[in-house]
Amino acid sequence: MSSPVVIHAHHAPQGFIRKYVFSLDHKVIGIQYYFLALFSVLVGVSLSLLMRFHMIHPEAKVAWFGTLWPTAAQGGIMTPELYLSLMTMHGTIMVFFVLTTAPQGGFGNYFLPLQIGAEDMAFPVLNMLSFWTTLVALGVMMSAFFVQGGAPLAGWTGYPPLSGIGPLAGPGEGLGQTLWIVSIAIFCGASLMGAINFIATIIDLRCQGMSLMRLPLTCWTWFVTAILGLLGFAVLLAAGVLLILDRSAGTSFFIPEGLMVSDQILNHKGGSPLLWQHLFWFFGHPEVYIAILPGMGVTSQLLSTFARKAVFGYRAMVYAILSIGFLGFLVWGHHMFMSGMSPYSAMAFSVLTMAIGVPSAIKTFNWIGTLWGGKIRFTTAMMFALGFVSLFVTGGLSGIFLGQPALDLYFHDTYFVVGHFHMIMGVAAIFGMFAGTFYWFPKMFGRMMNETLGKIHFYVTFLGVYAIFTPMHYLGIAGNPRRYSDFTNFDFLGKLLPVHHFMTQAAYGTAAIQILFFINLFWSMKYGKKAPMNPWDATTLEWTVPSPPPFDNFGGHHPVVHHGPYEYSVPGAPRDFIMQTDPPFDDPSSPNASH
Amino acid sequence: MPGSITSDIVKPPSPPRRGGFGGGGEGGGSDNRGSSRRASMTGLMVLLAATTMAFAAFTSAFVVRRGISNDWIGLPMPRVVWANTAILLASSLMLELARRALRSGRRSAFNRFWTAGTALGVLFLIGQAFAWRQLSAAGIFVATNPSSSFFYLLTAAHALHILGGLTALVYVDVQALSLQLGPGKRTAVDVSALFWHFVDGLWLFLMFLFLVWG
Repeated sequence: MSSPVVIHAHHAPQGFIRKYVFSLDHKVIGIQYYFLALFSVLVGVSLSLLMRFHMIHPEAKVAWFGTLWPTAAQGGIMTPELYLSLMTMHGTIMVFFVLTTAPQGGFGNYFLPLQIGAEDMAFPVLNMLSFWTTLVALGVMMSAFFVQGGAPLAGWTGYPPLSGIGPLAGPGEGLGQTLWIVSIAIFCGASLMGAINFIATIIDLRCQGMSLMRLPLTCWTWFVTAILGLLGFAVLLAAGVLLILDRSAGTSFFIPEGLMVSDQILNHKGGSPLLWQHLFWFFGHPEVYIAILPGMGVTSQLLSTFARKAVFGYRAMVYAILSIGFLGFLVWGHHMFMSGMSPYSAMAFSVLTMAIGVPSAIKTFNWIGTLWGGKIRFTTAMMFALGFVSLFVTGGLSGIFLGQPALDLYFHDTYFVVGHFHMIMGVAAIFGMFAGTFYWFPKMFGRMMNETLGKIHFYVTFLGVYAIFTPMHYLGIAGNPRRYSDFTNFDFLGKLLPVHHFMTQAAYGTAAIQILFFINLFWSMKYGKKAPMNPWDATTLEWTVPSPPPFDNFGGHHPVVHHGPYEYSVPGAPRDFIMQTDPPFDDPSSPNASH
Repeated sequence: MPGSITSDIVKPPSPPRRGGFGGGGEGGGSDNRGSSRRASMTGLMVLLAATTMAFAAFTSAFVVRRGISNDWIGLPMPRVVWANTAILLASSLMLELARRALRSGRRSAFNRFWTAGTALGVLFLIGQAFAWRQLSAAGIFVATNPSSSFFYLLTAAHALHILGGLTALVYVDVQALSLQLGPGKRTAVDVSALFWHFVDGLWLFLMFLFLVWG
């Protein structure tokens, strides 16, 4: 272990409200974000199960559907509009309140200051505000379910004209869609506050000796994610303001002239729906990396820790993270190949998209290089990190197809796309979160999670997600369109129904096994084995403080870093890991000095 | 460091660090102020980057919407915006004079200049409200034409930033006038003045946009 630390130099705030509710402590805020995401994922997954059920039983009468949605599911039969609103809310909740929130707001908040040797984030008040604003955004989003007309149905991308013309466009396009935009705008504000905090913290609050090239890769990914969020959410916020003006102030930014909806000619004129697409995807593509980059950081951290080897090519990993972040802003057009853009623009976007394959491949090969010849410890956390690599490769490979304009013309709006983005953005990122949960739970809650339950959960989930999302690629090649709520009326789709049945069963099974995760999570918080300070023999700074850490992290002691973050199995060292705070080799008091 | 493949570049020793903008418990030591100031400046720069992106998005929407449509009618700019521009520039100048006075220890001059800068900021907002009134009196509203939509939108978005800036200017002014502007609050002076100069520059850019493409 590193040099002992003096604990409790500062006193934590007293009282329940200041300590757990309106807390300024980054650790409490991190846990708040984590539980916000956990609640959101429950809602999001439930919605997806309802969708999967409806796809294979479109005519089924379910009494409680009628109770829940008296208008949209009259007599217990789900309408196509209700299906679309479930789809919209599933996508929105998962992308914004789960994939954006847990890896950055949750783990990032909790572990960034600890890993860089700071006592807190740079602006604790802003940090608290950021969480509570996110919660308000979630509340506003959820309230869309309960207003007249119900939740919106324009998809998580909120494309106008559908999203811009009000109740004429269908149920959910009235107040529901307005609440959706307002919620996204509030969320943008919260994310901007978070991004400011992350960037200032990493730049200015690193402890002595923590040079940029000694930062754990998790910190690098949180840093680049914050920059992406900063630049992306600012643009989405601007686009949201324009959209809400089109809806409520009669402007025509996105609504074209002569549009006839529900037998009425609209007053709007001259706007361009493509303008929204450009603004949205300028945010939307970096958003993919906002979701996945922290997972990459966690995976790098875990592969190194559990293979007992340094990360292969640390600098290359850092440059790959930076390049992915940079290139992520130049490829938004590949979401719009079908918009009638010039083939030359499409080719430029396609080439840039392919270019992202280079840093992505660097990361993948370096992960494999890290594992090569390592003394691998197959903990549950490690299994999920390995699962992340697998899913990232699978999802990434299908992206190469979609990045070709010629192929995208065919695949666009088919299940191929659904399979692709669920693999890479959804499931891979969620595997990153599971990996992070199993790895950091001992530090966060002072107890260990159950490894047997964890492994059962891993194997079933891993096989389950492949069973759900691999067939989608086949469906897409077979021409199965996405966003359809019912395939029974089309001959060529009818033949694909058995595949949908299989996927729905797989979804039920995969969702059911998550109960095991929740049991493990909550049971371990109370009854898990007590966690030591450094249960994984890891090297980074969070493992130099008690589990859970004291209020001010390092107990008034200011850590000094002498080593890189991944010094495992160093020849000549007495242990197979060197903590970042261990004295240098030439210091006779060092446990690593050769005597 | 045998066997290590990570870098051995050591940053020059830096003082222990603690977050700025209050909260989060007690500070980490006597050099707390330095790290807090650095973080505040970084935070400001990052905030300005976000604001720039939002206005870049508005601008690209403006240019694209102007380019694709045949329904764009040039907006008759209310004359008062010229006076407003002069007022805002004067306000920035006052704040700079105030900072200069503070650096040379002339506290009463600082108070005078800063108060004048703040008052001019308020005057700018009132002037902008007049511009809106002139437009609406001429029957030009937000949905009248895309040019007016963008004028109202951009001036409103800018006014929100001005309001944020004014909050900071008033805070500093109250501290200064109640003789509580100690050396620890110099960061607030610099951060709010820099933010103000930024929204000042932003306004010049918007004027350019209205005049060239509006």
